[in-house]
Order: sequence, then structure tokens, then C-alpha cells
Amino acid sequence: MTKTIVVTGIGATSPLGGTAEETWQALLAGQSGARPLEQEWVAKWDIPITFAAQAKVPSSEVLERIETKRLDPSSQFALTAAREAWADAGAPEVEPERFGVDWATGIGGVWTLLDAWDTLRERGPRRVLPMTVPMLMPNGPAAAIEMSLGARAGARTVVSACASSTESIANAYDHLQAGLADIIIAGGSEAAIHPLPIASFAAMQALSKRNDEPATASRPYDVTRDGFVLGEGGAAVVLETEEHAKARGAKIYAVLLGGAVTSDAYHITAPDPEGSAAARAMIGAVKAAGADLSDVAHINAHATSTPVGDIAEYHALRRVFGDDVEGIPVSATKASTGHLLGGAGGIEAIFTIKALAERVAPPTINLTEQDPEVRLDVVTSPRKLGDGTLLAISNSFGFGGHNAVVAFATA
Amino acid sequence: MALSTEEVLAGLAELVNDETGIAADTVEMDKSFTDDLDIDSISMMTIVVNAEEKFDVKIPDEEVKNLKTVGDAVRYITAAQS
Repeated sequence: MTKTIVVTGIGATSPLGGTAEETWQALLAGQSGARPLEQEWVAKWDIPITFAAQAKVPSSEVLERIETKRLDPSSQFALTAAREAWADAGAPEVEPERFGVDWATGIGGVWTLLDAWDTLRERGPRRVLPMTVPMLMPNGPAAAIEMSLGARAGARTVVSACASSTESIANAYDHLQAGLADIIIAGGSEAAIHPLPIASFAAMQALSKRNDEPATASRPYDVTRDGFVLGEGGAAVVLETEEHAKARGAKIYAVLLGGAVTSDAYHITAPDPEGSAAARAMIGAVKAAGADLSDVAHINAHATSTPVGDIAEYHALRRVFGDDVEGIPVSATKASTGHLLGGAGGIEAIFTIKALAERVAPPTINLTEQDPEVRLDVVTSPRKLGDGTLLAISNSFGFGGHNAVVAFATA
Repeated sequence: MALSTEEVLAGLAELVNDETGIAADTVEMDKSFTDDLDIDSISMMTIVVNAEEKFDVKIPDEEVKNLKTVGDAVRYITAAQS
């Protein structure tokens, strides 16, 4: 029997704010999280891209010092977001054996790995710190959450580039359906604003080059879009069976209807221009709970602001919804947050959940001249959604041809 | 020039504080790293790595298990640098 899975807590630390609510309010207010990078390594290495969407609140302001010393920044973001989500859910008394973690990261502990390599080269192997391995491992963020909150039903990590944390939410749905836990914290985190990832993404021409205008650089669907803006942060949702949530009198934000994961089998970085696998993920997420595509009232698009990616997603949307797609309010929130990579699906799930809970689609900033090829109803200022039961989907696609989609409904 | 016992103690206390947050003035000669200061093996190894650099000495891995108290470490470092 299919269980009803509900969202009972949200938490985030992002370029827009140190909490989920602060992030959401800044999004509604049309703010941008992108700023010039002031770190010394930008000039030292002559990094071609000199801006990014850095976390608004440094982890050192919210975590204990031993935590910031022993956790890679990607794990620090994870811990901050997960603790907020857990507190938001009412810090429920749960059986540890029925409480799990489904986390995600695109890259893992890249700061730790590269700092240790610098240490090895400059000062020798004896100076490499003993915490290097547990800090750099990609399951570090999931482990930090599991240890901090006492989750013993497994702490899993999925790695699928920019689809990672939508996939982790889809996996959490499956794990709850399979009866492996009653309550799961899901989401993802990333901390890759480091010279090497920036140089690497720049080398593949993936990043916006608008160094002189960071706040308007991320412009999904605009005819002048020229790449994504690298972001960082973490986002967590508390998912539980409705039975478990109701038994403890939890507040319910929304229903997680389902998730779906597909793969293109096409190209390592380029999206399949036909978008058939991406379309199958959208259809799968909606059909997982027996809903109809015509029920979809809002879409949080992947829309990273790359010339090729935005068009490919548009074609996939059109394949799924046909001409009806032109009547669905679409939000491309990476315009404000930048691209959190392995954390992107998590923060966008929260935006989708909040959009349903408050019945308002968030704005897509920086859209001045919509690409004529993209015939979508892109929301540019907060827009009221209708009454009754509403359904929304959040899309994420990643290098490797990973497609992940989750569907939510109003509670 | 070799540092005095007091200087080594003060330097080591800084490293302990930096790694664990334990107040430097509680890092005293007779304190046990594990029993009194509650320092785990990974923090201990981190402190050793940092102490080697700070005091320009070598503390072999097999020697670390003999450094049970702060005094043991201070005496080892003091002797090793002269």
C-alpha cells in the first residue's frame, strides 16, 4: 500500500540567508546572492571568474569551533541546514532505528582534499592532518548529520552532480515507502567556491563571465544568458510518513507525492536535446502518486542560465506538457541563488514546498528579454497560485545525464 | 635557540586550545591528555603534527603513546629541540 509522505521541517543556509525562511523571504524580495569574491586566491591565481554566490552566513557564526575544525565546509553547511530542519519539525522524539538520512553532494570535501595536497607539497607528508580522510569523504556530510541527530536507519549519500539533492529526496521517498524508516532528513550541500572548481567550470565555458555585474549575471531564459553562477550552501527537508507525523501532531508543509530518476545515456555533459529521459523523470514523479500531468500548477525549473541547458529543459517540458506548458507558472530560482550544485535540488525543493504552502510562485529575477525560443510563462514577480489542491514539480539535471524530479502537493 | 619549559608549555597549550577549544590555562603539566583533557586520538595526532611544526622537532609515531600527560609532551619537546 502506498503511504502518504509529508514534509514537516525545512532548513537551509544559502547565498540568500542563514535559514530557510530568510532565504525564502530574500527570494520573494527579488534579491541576488551573487557578490564579488574578495579572497586573496582570486588575484593570486588570476581566476577568470571573480564572483560567486557565497553563503550569506559563515558556518563559523553558527557552529561550534570543534565542528568547523573537524568538518569540511560542505559538511558544515549540511549540519546547519539539517539542525534547522530538525528543530523546525519540532525535534521529534523518534526511535533512532527508524530515523534515517538521505543526503547528497556533487563534489564532496574539495576544500579539505586540496588543502591537504597543498600541505603535502609545501610541507611534506608528516604535516598532513589526521582528519583529512573523514573530512574529504563525500559521505562526510551525511555522517555529520547522522551523528549530530542520532539517526540509525542508515545515512546514505547519492552523488549525481547537479541532480544530487533532488535524487536524495526521491530516494528518501522510496526508502519511506519501503518501510526502511518512519522519518528521514533529506537534502544536499556543496562548498565548491574554490579556485580549482571555478577554473574547471570556467574551462568548459559553463560559468557566466559577467564579472562586472554579479547580481544580474544569472539570468535563466534571458536571450543574453551566458552561463551559471557558482553558489554554495545546504538545504534539508524532514520527510515522514503521514501516520507518524499525525501521531505526534506535527505541522505539515506539503505532501511529497513522489520522485523519479532517469538517465540520458547520451553525453557526459551535454543534455540530450530531445529530452526524452528528462521528460520521463517528470512524468514518473507526477505519476508516482497517481496524479495527472494536468494537475501541475507550478514548476521550479532546473534552469541554470546556460545557453544550451535552458533550451534542453524547455524541450523536455514541452514534450511532457505539450502546449499546456505555456499556461504553467515557471520559476527559475537559480537567478537569485546561483547554482548550489549538489545542494541545488534541496534548496529548490524548499522553494517548491514554500510556494505550495503559501500559494505563491517565487520570482525569476534578471529576465529582461525572454529567449523567443522559450515559450514558457516565467514568473518574474511573486505570483499568487490558485485555491484547492495544487501540485508542483522541481527539476534537477546533472553532468552524466542524470535527471531527477520530485513532485509535491499542498497539504 | 631552545625554548624553556614554560615557553614550550605555553606553546603546546595554544595548540591544544586551537584544536579542541580547551582553555589554554587549564593545560597544565600534570594533566592527562585523555583522562583529564578528554582529547581523542585524532585530536592528539593533530596536536602532534602541529607541535612538530611549531617547535621544529620530530615526534615519532611510536613515541606518541608514551606522551600521556602534558608534562610528558613538554619534556619530550624540550629535550628534542636541544
